[in-house]
Amino acid sequence: MSSGIRWRMARWLGIAFVVAILVYLTLPAVVVMIAAFNEKAILSFPPESYSVKWFVNAVTYPDFQKGFVNAVIVMLWASTIAVVVGATFAFAVDRFRFRGKALLEAILMSPLVVPKFTIGLGFLILAAQVDMSRGFTVVVVTHVVLVLPFVMRCVYVSLRNLDRDMERAAEALGASPLMVLIKIDLPLLLPGLFGGWMFAAILSFNEFTATLFVTGARTETLPVAMYNYVREFVDPTMAAISTIFIVLTALLLIVADRFLGLGKVLAIEEGR
Amino acid sequence: MKRQPFFYWFTVPAVVLALAFLASMGAIIQYSFRKHIPGSLDVGPVTLENFERLAHPLYFSVYLDTLLLSLYTSVFTLVLGYPLAYVMVRARSRWIKSTVLIVSIVPLFTGEIVRTYAWLNVLGHNGFINSLLLGTGLLDRPLQMMFTPFGVTVALVHFSMPIMVVILAAAISHIDTDYEKAAASLSANPIKVFWKVTLPLSTPGIVSGFVTIFAWTLSAFATPQLIGGGKVNMVSNIVYQLGFASFNFPFAAVLSLLAVMLTIVLLLVIYASTRRLEKMSLH
Repeated sequence: MSSGIRWRMARWLGIAFVVAILVYLTLPAVVVMIAAFNEKAILSFPPESYSVKWFVNAVTYPDFQKGFVNAVIVMLWASTIAVVVGATFAFAVDRFRFRGKALLEAILMSPLVVPKFTIGLGFLILAAQVDMSRGFTVVVVTHVVLVLPFVMRCVYVSLRNLDRDMERAAEALGASPLMVLIKIDLPLLLPGLFGGWMFAAILSFNEFTATLFVTGARTETLPVAMYNYVREFVDPTMAAISTIFIVLTALLLIVADRFLGLGKVLAIEEGR
Repeated sequence: MKRQPFFYWFTVPAVVLALAFLASMGAIIQYSFRKHIPGSLDVGPVTLENFERLAHPLYFSVYLDTLLLSLYTSVFTLVLGYPLAYVMVRARSRWIKSTVLIVSIVPLFTGEIVRTYAWLNVLGHNGFINSLLLGTGLLDRPLQMMFTPFGVTVALVHFSMPIMVVILAAAISHIDTDYEKAAASLSANPIKVFWKVTLPLSTPGIVSGFVTIFAWTLSAFATPQLIGGGKVNMVSNIVYQLGFASFNFPFAAVLSLLAVMLTIVLLLVIYASTRRLEKMSLH
């Protein structure tokens, strides 16, 4: 009997521990949302009076508006290029043996472990040497390098789950390899490609460290504009824009979880 | 499948991108051997003096601090991430699974700046924790959490949690539940089953989670920059300062290069020890 009680106590302790961790994970988001509605410019808990003026301030602040547009431009280019590069390469890796395959794969996966500030500094110096340090090109290339490993993972997972019998059937019916690719593989891979694209887009939109190195005043993205704001001002405008960010991201992920099954995209659950 | 030459074109975009990445790393190596001209963005002739500057104890302590912060962060992230991953994989209710999944990974997608700023609100002088402690009379003076290694670690652990949870959850979901059922049927209690079966079988996930977070934290920037506020500096902060405050790109390149080499050495060491661990567990 006593072992039953001990087991039950351990269980409750475990549940309490997990709940405490969940609180720790959500606390900053909750606090920032409360701070965003504080009418006073100085942080105080609980706020004495509430207002939405910081939200108005956030969406009308010119640097944030310009940063948002820049971040979207970079995001669209970077995630699209990353999907094209990642999908073609993952396909080649999955299907063929060629010289330097392992090396090429290692190089393209290495941004996962190479410090981001190193990548940022490297592209900054490189861009200065070829005289492109003021434009979007270097920002986009840096982002493609950074998000590519994630895209490749998504494509690998869907390639592994692809039913090869479909290809064989099409081939047996006389389809050329190109036809098989367009009519069979592409439609089957589409969900994986879309997942990879979304993953890349979100990561690119939020990328900060390397971006800080490679952007200039004209190409500054939203996270960089936000960083500059925090360093200059202390009012809750930042809390307001953070709230918008957190709510939008959470909504996007809940939708993604419902429709795509986030567990599969992240390869936590076995996709069969 | 037969060889189909046109598919070889599929590697071209990847090769171009890999070359661009290698060129950027090459640029760092090249700059690390060039003389810094104060007040100028141009670099002088080939020299080794940037490397000599590394001998200064200041830089040694920055690297040591960075390594220690990374170590604390990976240990705490592991300890807090494991229960979450376990619940996420093994909970019976889909509702609990989804909640834990969303709560653990939303921070991954909200970006460094939003997360770090949020922690400023929690840890700051007038922040949430201090207001709570002062308001309830538990303290009479605010706690100093900003600009301390403690504050930086708290935020870094939060920052690393999503990746750790994803890696651990993948490892736990690959464990064959038959082993656990077998142990339970041999009258091992659930706690014993966990310690003797589940935990050892998830070792690969634990190691790869630990390594990934260690490497990931080595390159943290926004968190130490804003929460450390110049009092707690990691390598990234010094590199940024050198680059954008004193325009000393050659020395910034040397520090970056050292960080990359450190990462590579760590990965090699840890991979070697994992191999050993795997071999040992086979006997």
